[in-house]
Amino acid sequence: MIDYLVTILLIAGIYAIFALGLNLEWGFTGLLNFGHVGFMAVGAYTTVLLSMNNGVPLLLSVLAGMVLAGLLGAFLGIPTLKLRADYLAIVTIGFSEILRYLLLNEEWLTNGPIGLCGFPRPFQDLVPIQSYNLFFLVVVLSVLVIIYSGIELLIRSPWGRVLKSIRENEEIATSLGKHVFSYKVQSLALGSMIAALAGSLLAFYLQYINPRNFMPIETFYAWIIVVLGGSGNNKGVLLGAVLFWGFFSGSRFAQEYLPLSPTQVGSMRVMFIGLMLIILMMFRPQGILGKKEELSLER
Amino acid sequence: MNADMLRVKGVSKSFGGIKAVDNCNLNVERKSIVGLIGPNGAGKSTLFEIITGFEQPDAGEVFFRNENVVGLPSFKIARQGLVRTFQIPQALNKMTVLENMMLGPQLQRGEKIWNVLLRWPQVKKEERAVREKALSVLDFFDLLPMADEYAGALSGGQKKLLSLARTLMTDPEMLLLDEPFAGVNPTLSKKLIGHIHELKEEGITFLIIEHGIPYIMELSDTVYVLNKGEIMTSGEPGDVISDRCVLEAYLGDTDAQGG
Repeated sequence: MIDYLVTILLIAGIYAIFALGLNLEWGFTGLLNFGHVGFMAVGAYTTVLLSMNNGVPLLLSVLAGMVLAGLLGAFLGIPTLKLRADYLAIVTIGFSEILRYLLLNEEWLTNGPIGLCGFPRPFQDLVPIQSYNLFFLVVVLSVLVIIYSGIELLIRSPWGRVLKSIRENEEIATSLGKHVFSYKVQSLALGSMIAALAGSLLAFYLQYINPRNFMPIETFYAWIIVVLGGSGNNKGVLLGAVLFWGFFSGSRFAQEYLPLSPTQVGSMRVMFIGLMLIILMMFRPQGILGKKEELSLER
Repeated sequence: MNADMLRVKGVSKSFGGIKAVDNCNLNVERKSIVGLIGPNGAGKSTLFEIITGFEQPDAGEVFFRNENVVGLPSFKIARQGLVRTFQIPQALNKMTVLENMMLGPQLQRGEKIWNVLLRWPQVKKEERAVREKALSVLDFFDLLPMADEYAGALSGGQKKLLSLARTLMTDPEMLLLDEPFAGVNPTLSKKLIGHIHELKEEGITFLIIEHGIPYIMELSDTVYVLNKGEIMTSGEPGDVISDRCVLEAYLGDTDAQGG
């Protein structure tokens, strides 16, 4: 039972980090990123490939993945962030799918659909295998605390104030001398770096990665977590991640009580999440921890 | 060289086949208040957009402190001290009134991500100063009791005040106000006139679009009348208002007299 709880918290922690990146982009800057998972894949694959084949120290490989994802985020943002919001959505979802197909087909590098395994994990020689998950949970939660505090610090700073003003009204921000475009690129790059970090952690946790780990649905899991907890609310993201993965894993037990095949239960689970979101939108559209007032303040 | 704060020379702008602004010339002297009036659709707001870099003119030049600003991105023009407000009262609704104000100051240290992460004490110190200033400007506009409210909770008139107050946080040289009195009740308007006069005394130059003739009469040193994209006439407010052509231009569009 403890093992089970540790597993849920691990995956929830990793997805909380992943969703915090998205929340920075969407919740605080208003950027529609539908390809967040692409940056997660960049983090996971970069870290694994560098540390496995080239013996690069793990910390350095994780940082390399983050830097690469940040650069890719800026690279995608530069042509699209001057356009209307929906263009970013189109370009990012396209990017994440193109990347996934590259990972599937460039077998010389990524081992294609079979994926990669047998790569090093942090402190694997020091921690006994039976308690590794528990140890890794501590690592994930520590990273989560650092990322959470870092983002909270940033959004409460004048930098974050500019982001929020862009979310509200770009014209006002511009009229006050703020370089709106530059802030959007920064937000997207930083959010992508955080996604890459989550990707590296996911790889360490799974011990085995393949392109199927990075399907577009993962991006929307992050969206569900953000919307569930309340857009623009980092505490809500933490709560959303725990609730989402708690339900997602817990519903596995429903198998015993339902006259359905595992595939059917899997589909039921997704349907139920959809239903829950619809009900949430009807009765608490601001999310669980979102502020009601903010919704009634639209122009 | 030239004492004018702002010089608009031969500016034209068409949208499709419509000439929104046609060969406009306009000068604003340093530390003066210039009114810009004209019927709806005369091109006043378009001229504003061009001056502040939100639109690019088809032809012509805009000199701010003797420097041509055409082609500069609008945020850079704002950083030079030429700051505008918008016709529709625009507030950053989901931010508090105080946050709206604190957004104003230009090039704050803490607006750079590295400074936030590495020089937090300095950022915090600057933030305290910005906060103090924001509170005192809010006090000047009688908005202090609302400081911690969401800006979206303000009335239309209060939002107008807030947007003017917010531009003051940028330490502007010159303000372009787009219909600052529209939707503001007479008591508040009177106050606003007083504030604008005080700010002029402090050295700020104004260019103001306004439909309400009495306000323009009371405020302006010079009035320009724009009609169908062209400057029809300009001069002292008293002379301009008694001009027959101006009356006709306005009477042709009686809606425009409200405000």
